[in-house]
Amino acid sequence: MRQPAHPPLPRAAAPFLSFGRVLRRYGFAVAPEQTQSFMAAVTLLGPRSMQDILEAALATLAPPPERRDAFLALFRSHFHGDPAALLVAANAEDDVRVKDDGDARERQAATLQERTGGALASAAEQLAVRDFAADGESAALLSIRRALATSLPVRRTFRSVRTRSRGQFDVRRSLRGIVQADGDVPRPLLRRRLSVPRKLLLLIDVSGSMKLQTTDYLTTAHAVVQSAAKAEVFAFGTRLTRITPSLRIRARGQALAHAADQVEDWDGGTRFGPTLLAFLAVPRFAAFACGAAIVILSDALERGDHAAMEMAIRRLSARAFRLSLCTPLAGDPRFRPETAALRAIVPMLDDLVDGSSIARLTDFILSLGRPAAAADAIWRRA
Amino acid sequence: MPQDLAETVAASADQVASRLAAASYVVDEGLATAIFLAIRLGKPLLLEGTPGVGKTEAAKAVAEVLGRRLVRLQCYEGIDAAHALYEWNYQRQLLAIRQAGEHEIDIYDDRFLIARPLLQVLLAPHDSVLLVDEIDRSDHEFEALLLEFLSDFQISIPERGTLSAAAGPIVVLTSNRTRELADALRRRCVYHWIAYPDAAREAAIIMLRAGDVAQETARAVAHAVRAIRARPLAKPPGIAEAIEWANAATILEKGGSPWPEAFRRAIGVLIKDEEDMACLAPELARIVGESLA
Repeated sequence: MRQPAHPPLPRAAAPFLSFGRVLRRYGFAVAPEQTQSFMAAVTLLGPRSMQDILEAALATLAPPPERRDAFLALFRSHFHGDPAALLVAANAEDDVRVKDDGDARERQAATLQERTGGALASAAEQLAVRDFAADGESAALLSIRRALATSLPVRRTFRSVRTRSRGQFDVRRSLRGIVQADGDVPRPLLRRRLSVPRKLLLLIDVSGSMKLQTTDYLTTAHAVVQSAAKAEVFAFGTRLTRITPSLRIRARGQALAHAADQVEDWDGGTRFGPTLLAFLAVPRFAAFACGAAIVILSDALERGDHAAMEMAIRRLSARAFRLSLCTPLAGDPRFRPETAALRAIVPMLDDLVDGSSIARLTDFILSLGRPAAAADAIWRRA
Repeated sequence: MPQDLAETVAASADQVASRLAAASYVVDEGLATAIFLAIRLGKPLLLEGTPGVGKTEAAKAVAEVLGRRLVRLQCYEGIDAAHALYEWNYQRQLLAIRQAGEHEIDIYDDRFLIARPLLQVLLAPHDSVLLVDEIDRSDHEFEALLLEFLSDFQISIPERGTLSAAAGPIVVLTSNRTRELADALRRRCVYHWIAYPDAAREAAIIMLRAGDVAQETARAVAHAVRAIRARPLAKPPGIAEAIEWANAATILEKGGSPWPEAFRRAIGVLIKDEEDMACLAPELARIVGESLA
């Protein structure tokens, strides 16, 4: 009989140990190391009350703030045995307007994919491949996959790399070389700042008036997320939903189904201005918009007052590197930006282009890196 | 001895809270517990929150109650090892080589080593608190470097070998959460999300921090600021702005403006965005009136 190296944990420790498992089941990332420090923290604190245990859990298990309510509900159900709390945990996001599960969905989906194992997974993959061959838009989507990484607008990073030619003197490293050579002056060394593709932000309108285009747009967005290093996709109608994690799943059918589950305001009304303002009110999202190429896929038909929309567009354009609006209405040759809302926002847009088909949309996205005349100038001439 | 001081301060979470209050930093239970756990478990403390809730101030207060020096590393995109760890003073080395002529000279002496914040802390872990400020501004490369430092508390200098800390120093990281931090970093830290304080606590903070502000003024400011933060503003006012507002209004009132008027005229120190001002203007009188009532 082999003896265990450590004495077994006391029975009272079991609920603390299993809480980590419960959290993982609900999509929180909890490492064994964190469970360990949770138990150490509980011991340190006494614990004199349930409040101590809760505070230890919050400090060591580090739930992201937007999922804090779900975390508290799970805590109540686990340590207080309150079964109603579990329901809250499942639907915690229901009455919030901005919906962002973090990467929880993605993790769940990943484990799901792993569990389905060889046969099913490869079937899904085949399906995806077949889709590409059969679809009319396959050429457009393939071009995104192939060319997007190199055709996004670029910016110079603040981090520099060593280079052999075309650069500035790397004073620090050259001096180091001189010191090592005891004062002799060897070849000067060079350094150059890197160029990286800018961030790409897609905001997709999923309201009723865009019904015909939303599938196309999501398909394109999936291809974009798959091929760009830094892309974020949000769906908006009456509320705002971050769907990037769903679209990171590789198999297209599965990704789109996941995204569709996430969005709860399909084919409803639009609150263009208020939802975009809600987007800007989340510091993380607003920071992503800074210096990004922002493409809004919408018909920009705002019911009633468009003051909020104008304000949202102004704030977005102040942050964006390039702000574009793709509207399916522009597919019609007779289209002119003449609604009051469009007239107000056109001067703030960099592009107002046709987004009536996947092909037109991909052509435009792939041209983002090239300069173009401002939307205002183009449409005033038209 | 400084180490003993850390032990007496971190005797319990309540002890931490009362010591911090003595250093005029008001904490809620959650933050006091997090600080207590970070010191006792020897883990870095990661503070997240919207701008202006006092994350950096928290680190300063911790350093003050522990009687240690605060070593601050401000992050930015492209920050690298030469700014965070150490660097050789090449100019001095070259001069020394020239001066020495034929003599033997050690150009990798301490004289030529410039210690950057992480090395400074490593050399004196018992006398310093390391503050890594706004880590969300740095890029992934630096996050990886920091992760390595935080896990072993050692730095390798090729010319000198590996230096490691005698004990784990106290480290505070702050983030405005403009991007997600790596899971590995969150996992390694004790975490606390600093939210805006409730009105009573904010009034207490204003009383502590502002010059001479009457109790009623502090309470009114706390209520008004709370109401203003509930509006969809581009830049919601932080605690520092609230303190400034209380100060400014008090000065104006002493200069002869009646109360609601003084608040309204001092609004420029609270709201620093023209659109926000336009959005608030129609409601401001009502908000101030309600808070004063």
